[in-house]
Formats: sequence, structure tokens, C-alpha cells
Amino acid sequence: MHQAMGDFEGELNIVNWSGFVEPAWTDKFTADTGCKVNPRVAGTSDEMVTLMRTGQYDIVSASGDAALRLIVGGDVQPLNIDLIPNFSDDIAAGMKGNVYDTVNGKPYGVPIGRGANLLQYNDDITKGAPESWDVVWELNSPYKGKITAYDAPIYIADAAVYLMYHKPELGIQNPYALDEAQLAAAIDLLKQQNQIIGEYWSDPVAQITSFVGGNTVVGTSWEVLRKFAAKDNLKTTLPVEGSTGWFDSWLVSSKTSNINCAYAWMDYTSKPEVNGAIAVNFGMAPANTAFCSSSPEAQAHCDTFFAEDEEFFKRIWPWTTPIETCVDGRTDVKCTSFQDWTNAWATVKG
Amino acid sequence: MQTNNSGKQNLPISSYLIRRTKVRLFSLLALPMTWIVGVYIVSLFLLLITAFWNVDPFTSLVSPGFNLENFKLVLTVPAYLATSIRTLLIALSVTVICVLFAIPLGIYMAKIAKPWVRNFLAVAITLPLWAGYLVKIIAMRLVFTEEGFFNWAMAPLGIRGPGFSIPIVILTLTYLWFPYMALPVYTAIRQIPPNLFDASSDLGAKGFVTVYRIIIPLIVPAIIAGSVFTFSLSLGDYLAARFTGGATQMIGSIIAANINLNPPVAAAYSMVPIFFIVIYLMVARRTGSLERM
Repeated sequence: MHQAMGDFEGELNIVNWSGFVEPAWTDKFTADTGCKVNPRVAGTSDEMVTLMRTGQYDIVSASGDAALRLIVGGDVQPLNIDLIPNFSDDIAAGMKGNVYDTVNGKPYGVPIGRGANLLQYNDDITKGAPESWDVVWELNSPYKGKITAYDAPIYIADAAVYLMYHKPELGIQNPYALDEAQLAAAIDLLKQQNQIIGEYWSDPVAQITSFVGGNTVVGTSWEVLRKFAAKDNLKTTLPVEGSTGWFDSWLVSSKTSNINCAYAWMDYTSKPEVNGAIAVNFGMAPANTAFCSSSPEAQAHCDTFFAEDEEFFKRIWPWTTPIETCVDGRTDVKCTSFQDWTNAWATVKG
Repeated sequence: MQTNNSGKQNLPISSYLIRRTKVRLFSLLALPMTWIVGVYIVSLFLLLITAFWNVDPFTSLVSPGFNLENFKLVLTVPAYLATSIRTLLIALSVTVICVLFAIPLGIYMAKIAKPWVRNFLAVAITLPLWAGYLVKIIAMRLVFTEEGFFNWAMAPLGIRGPGFSIPIVILTLTYLWFPYMALPVYTAIRQIPPNLFDASSDLGAKGFVTVYRIIIPLIVPAIIAGSVFTFSLSLGDYLAARFTGGATQMIGSIIAANINLNPPVAAAYSMVPIFFIVIYLMVARRTGSLERM
């Protein structure tokens, strides 16, 4: 663990989501510290993990489903929060100390922002918000053939969230802690959904054109995708079962040779105005809620993305890597790992 | 004497190589062999050897080892088997459709069309090659969305497109790879001497008999050459399925999904299209058409 700040090394190599690292805020950082920023955009969590394992990058903007994999794999290091003064009380409570980036009480991540996987619907056709996710899961869905779902193994957790509500007898306590029987039930539900699905999406552009072009009526979405689609008839809702979501944090490589630049970057991007700029640019709730009160526009952004609404985010299960040790605390049973999920996911689509 | 000497001095490399045939051969092949062995074969081999390796269930880290579990998965998981067969049928359909389009077009261009029409068609066929591959796929996606061009244009006739599905994937792949079939077929037909057509009609053969008994036997090598492209490129594609296939999954989709999550399974599964192509080439060889290519 880094004990005290030293001289800046002069460069910082970042693996990031598109829109997290832009000249609008990196130029000032480079001017202040002399650390030249080299961003590398990754498209998926899995790509981020692969890139970080090359050892060529210093820091990554990881979602929870990548974070725990990196922590357990020894690819990232625990952080000394005292060296990050902007990691303060203003950081949203729901983003601190989560299981996906805090292991044995040691923090590994500095929160950036978060978003929910919401149910998007075409209001012209549904005439109002669906109350339940059943419109995307059940065979008698009125929107059969016009349903979209997220195309990644982590989507199994969405099936688990639905089962938690509708099949309590399965005993699912946390959608990322599934024993074999619970995983099998989730896979059965996904296979059922496969019969009524129109398209799976992993590419945001494909999802937007699918909704706008009329191929999809209901399905998984992000608030930012609805904004990009820019159609009044497309709306989002959080159904009664709750949902999953992505909580992103900065994680520092255990092999970094630019540790001081990395800490300076985490501190700089935790400032309300910088954190807010990233959140607005990407389309998510900022981790630093002090940004919200800085201007009317900022407040509007925070309201749209539920940034200060902890009640909203309490109904969201942040993406977390499933591991053999059940993250819901059960010790009498072995949970299924992400590898099991990956193999199971491959059997869903047939 | 003096001129001879100076000639030797001016060409030291040539005079060195003239008697050393092995060195000569080596220097000729060094560069291409380095490329083929060093870059192509070795990287392919490294990929394929991963198929026998293990993955840590916890961290997805790959570690060297030897197990056949990945091959067992590929051969026993019903979803993988169904995807292999589906992809094979899609690739064969694309190839057949390309052949059916290419022959009449080739005959028309080579034997009937006026020179300016021929030039126009040649440009029209190759024009899509100028556009990016992804651009073409997205274009097909936009044409066949529910509120897209196809449904709009066909609405007066009461026809609606099938939506994103296997037929649209076949159509998209046909669109992508058609030039690779059309050009060799056209070139082959052009090379058929005109007097063969005269002889055929002198002997009483009508149009279709001439096509069937004269043209097709002569252009089989071109069709095989074109089909190697259409077939193998279709087998390996996954973006067409992702953007125009709806929930359709192809071999490439599964490899792409596993390449980060479980490289050994991706490597094992990439053996499937290689196997299909080897079988295809062996069948083509048995027909004798590879020798005539």
C-alpha cells in the first residue's frame, strides 16, 4: 500500500469506459501534475480485466463485476484513502464499502459513478409503464419477439433478481450468490426468455436503433441510452422487483510504476466539478454528490440519474463478480463462480 | 581482363550467389517464410494450444496445462452443437445463393452486355468493397428494422420483412461476400472462346443446354475458388449475426463471447470452423477442381 505521496512520474496509463477520460478535464490535470494521460477505451468489463492483466496500465475504471475479479487475481492493490482528500463525506453513502471493491475491510476502489439497469419501454405501444419485469421474462408477454436483453453472463443476475421476488422458495438472498440449484433456476428462466427475445444487445448503438426502429418494445436499458435515443415515446422505469446496476470505481494496478500520478488522478477526479463532468459526459449518477448543488443544471442531472436518491439505489443490486465464497454470507454451501456463469450463459442462447 | 575484373567487383552479391544455390533459395524465401512461420503459423499454433489449457474458476486467469475438458464442452453442450450446425447451414446457403446469382450475371456481362454496361456492372459489383465492412452490416440493419426502408417500400404490396433473423443474416453475408464469387465467375466465363457457343448452337443446343453442358463445367474451378471465400468468410463471421440476426448465434458469436472470459473454450471452439473448411477443401479436391484452379 502506498504510504506517502512522492514525485510525479510524468505519465498515467488508464483503461477506461468511453467518455471517462476527456481532454476537457485531463488537460488541467496534466498541467497541474505533469502526468501525461494515455487513455485506452475498453468496451466491456471482460476486456478491462484482460487489459489490466497485461500489466501495461496503471489504473482502470472498473465496474463491480470486473473489480472483484481483479482484486482476487492480485491485479490491483489496496488503497490508502488518507492520500485522497477528495474522497470525503460527499461521496454517496451507497457507493462506499461495497462488497465488490472492499475485501477484508480494505478498500480497493475510489467511486466514480453509478447507474441502474432499467426497464425501457415504448410508451406508444405499452400505454403506460409496465409494473413488473414479467413482460421480458414470461412466455405470455404481449411483446413477444420485441424484447431485448443485455448480452453478457452478468445478466444472469437479472434473472435471479426476478426469481428472488417471484419464487422466494428458491431462497435467493443475493443475485450474485447463487448455489447450483439457484443458478439452474435462473438459467431455465433465461432459456424461457430466449424463446420470446427479439435481440440481445451489448453494443449501445444496436440497442438504440432497435428501440428507435421499432424492433424492440421492452427491455434492459440505461438512462443514458434513453437520452441518446431522444424519442419522447421511449421511457424507463424501475419495476417492482428492483434491478441490477453498475457501480464504477478507479482501481490501481499492483504492477504500476506511476503510483503518485495514479493517486493524484483519483483525487483530482473525485473533486465535485471533475467527478460531475465525467458523470454528465457519460450519463450516470456522480459519486460525489457535492456536484449536485453546484448549479441548476447539475441538480437537474442529479435528479435525472437519481444521484442523491439512496432509496432508489437500495433497490439496485450493484454488479459483483460471483465467486465460490457466497457473497451473501452463506458458509454451508459453495456458490457458483463467474466461470460457471460464463459456461451457463453460453447454453442459454442455443 | 580489366573489364572482367571490374565487372566482378561491381556485382559481389551476384557473383557470390551464382554457385551457391542453397543460399540463393534461402535468401529468396527468408522474408516470406519468416512471415508465414513466425507470424502466421506460430500465432495460430499458440491460439490452438490454449484449447488444452485451464482457466482458474475464480479469476478467469489462464494457466498452461493439458486437459480435454474444453473439447468435451464443444462437442457435448447442445447449444454449441446447434450453433455449429446452424453456422454450417448459413455458410452453405450463402455460397449457393452467391453461385446462383453469379452465373447469370457473369454470362450477361461477358457475352451479352455492351462494353459500357459491362464496365458499369463491374464497378457496381466491386463498389461495396470500397465501403467498410461494419458500415455495410449497419446499413443492412437499418434497411431491415421494423420501421426501416424495406418495410416502408414493401408496405403498398402488403409485404413485411421477417425482422432480424437467420434469413436476414444470410442476405447480409451474401451482400458482403458476393463480389468474391462474382468476379472469378465472370472472368472465367469471359475466357470461354466464343466459338464454343457457336459450336453448341450449331449442334442444336438451346440456351439452357449450353449453360448446363458447356459453361458450368468450364467454370467449376472459378466457382470453387469463389466458394472458398464465401464459405470460409461466412463461417467465421459474427458481426452480421450480432447486428442483423436478432437472437441468432453463430460460431463466431460464441468465440467472441468467450475470448476474454474463457480463452481455452474459444480456442477449442475455433477448431470447429477449421474442421469444416478442411472437409470442404478435401471434397473440393476429390472433385479435381483444385488442380484446375
